[in-house]
Amino acid sequence: MPAISARKLTFTYAGAGTPSMENISLSIEKGEFVILTGPSGCGKTTFCRCLNGLIPNFYSGELHGDLFVDEENVSDKSTAELSKHIGFVFQNPENQLFSLTVERDVAFGLENLGVPKEEAVTRVSWAMQSTGIEDLRNKAPYELSGGQQQRAAIAGVLAMKPNIIVLDEPTSFLDPKSAEEIVGVIARLNREYKITTILVEHRLDIVSRYANRVIIMDKGNVVLDGSPPQVYDEQARLIGIGLPKVTTLFHMLRRDGFPLTTNPITVEQASEQLSRVLQR
Amino acid sequence: MISVDNVSYRYSGTPKDVLTGVNLQIQDGEFVAIMGENGAGKTTLVKMFNGLIKPREGSVYVDGIDTREKSVAQLSRDVGLIFQNPDHQLFAETVAEELSFSLRNFGFDEQTIKRRVTNISTALDLEKYVDSSPFVLSGGERKRLALAAILVWDPKHIIMDEPTIGQDYLQKDRLRQFIVQLISQGKTIIIVTHDIEFVAECKPRIVLLSKGAVIADDSAPKILTNDETLAKASLVRPQIAELIHQLPISEKPPDIIDAYAAREFLLTRLLKRNETEELR
Repeated sequence: MPAISARKLTFTYAGAGTPSMENISLSIEKGEFVILTGPSGCGKTTFCRCLNGLIPNFYSGELHGDLFVDEENVSDKSTAELSKHIGFVFQNPENQLFSLTVERDVAFGLENLGVPKEEAVTRVSWAMQSTGIEDLRNKAPYELSGGQQQRAAIAGVLAMKPNIIVLDEPTSFLDPKSAEEIVGVIARLNREYKITTILVEHRLDIVSRYANRVIIMDKGNVVLDGSPPQVYDEQARLIGIGLPKVTTLFHMLRRDGFPLTTNPITVEQASEQLSRVLQR
Repeated sequence: MISVDNVSYRYSGTPKDVLTGVNLQIQDGEFVAIMGENGAGKTTLVKMFNGLIKPREGSVYVDGIDTREKSVAQLSRDVGLIFQNPDHQLFAETVAEELSFSLRNFGFDEQTIKRRVTNISTALDLEKYVDSSPFVLSGGERKRLALAAILVWDPKHIIMDEPTIGQDYLQKDRLRQFIVQLISQGKTIIIVTHDIEFVAECKPRIVLLSKGAVIADDSAPKILTNDETLAKASLVRPQIAELIHQLPISEKPPDIIDAYAAREFLLTRLLKRNETEELR
């Protein structure tokens, strides 16, 4: 069974005239690294709120269709139960950290789940090691840099050993160097532990190289779904997706008649193709 | 004009200066981006421009007046500061009230208030929400409301802390056009940002802070292509600058940072090589 399976999922917020998300049918396989993007109001946040049961448990409205997350039917489970299966990381790590030390913060979710002390200790060390913050265990969260705080937030989610992680623009508060490092950490967790990763992101420049799949939503529907080079075409640009700048450049050059075939996702891919054209 | 004269600053009870010996002059009508690593002192610096923080060493002058001689309320009439997190700023029951609050405080008459609220909500695409609570708006919309709530009283100098966070590509494009419009009206625009690609498109003057000191102050193309300086402030080249840098060709212009300029350059290069037939 896939990690996530949605069938004809439709949700209308209470008081709203039209659905925010309509007839979403998709499945995400275990171990995939998926970028979920689309203009504001496209329904991506609504979809994510369904994944951990915030919809319909905390947001009232009308929900139709079926949703399975890690083989659990979401409508039978509480948000707390779902947190063992799926973890969430948000934009601003400050909103996720509140304990006196990093270690306490990473352990917080486990304590709430009632995980036995010994196992909790092992998991916390493992999570801190996997995110490269073991040296910071006794520091207060406010003493950390933004990048370190975001690592701590990811460690807190990782300690719950979820099979799926959803990250909502996890780098937008970070400087570009720290952003690259965080995306590297996320990609490594996906690769090493096969954690299914869903990254909600507007800035596609630094994340695209790690994703095997991009899902683009618009006006409550999935409009494009495929590998980054497939999806980053003219249609994506017209919807208003902020494609990587090298991809945008290739679209322009192609319209000018340059014989360029695939859409590059990274600077290296773009440089390689352009060099060939220029040196011919 | 905003003038920072040899300012150092340390938050009470902390061991290190967040700003050290900062000198800076920003002329009326300039567009300036303040960039630098997380914790470089960017937000502290801009909080001095409207007097939220008063320097203990050195002085800050706004239009010739020492900020220590005026209250935040007095300074705010001329210096509008839009916070990174709109929730730190929004509090009213409806969007219309949020927008009229400051105008009432400044003593504008009801007719003017009504006209200005209508104008600004149209300009920032918020007119359909005037009677809604600010808290039903999406993150991106709340961010626009926070901007509108400041612009409505027409301050001379406008400071935006991380204005592109959570904004999709179209909204960023609209923000860019809006900034251009404000500059053409003679406003000073100062943004604090990590968004390299946004800066590469808008090309403001960049003031680069690292560890509390100004380490560079120059045009966007100059700074965003200087690897040594970028590394000090945890920044990276924009994708297009990196692409041109990596292309194995001679006589590359050193200051290309956006896709349009890159396209021009590559077209000229190809035409020079008499490959016009291939292009047609």
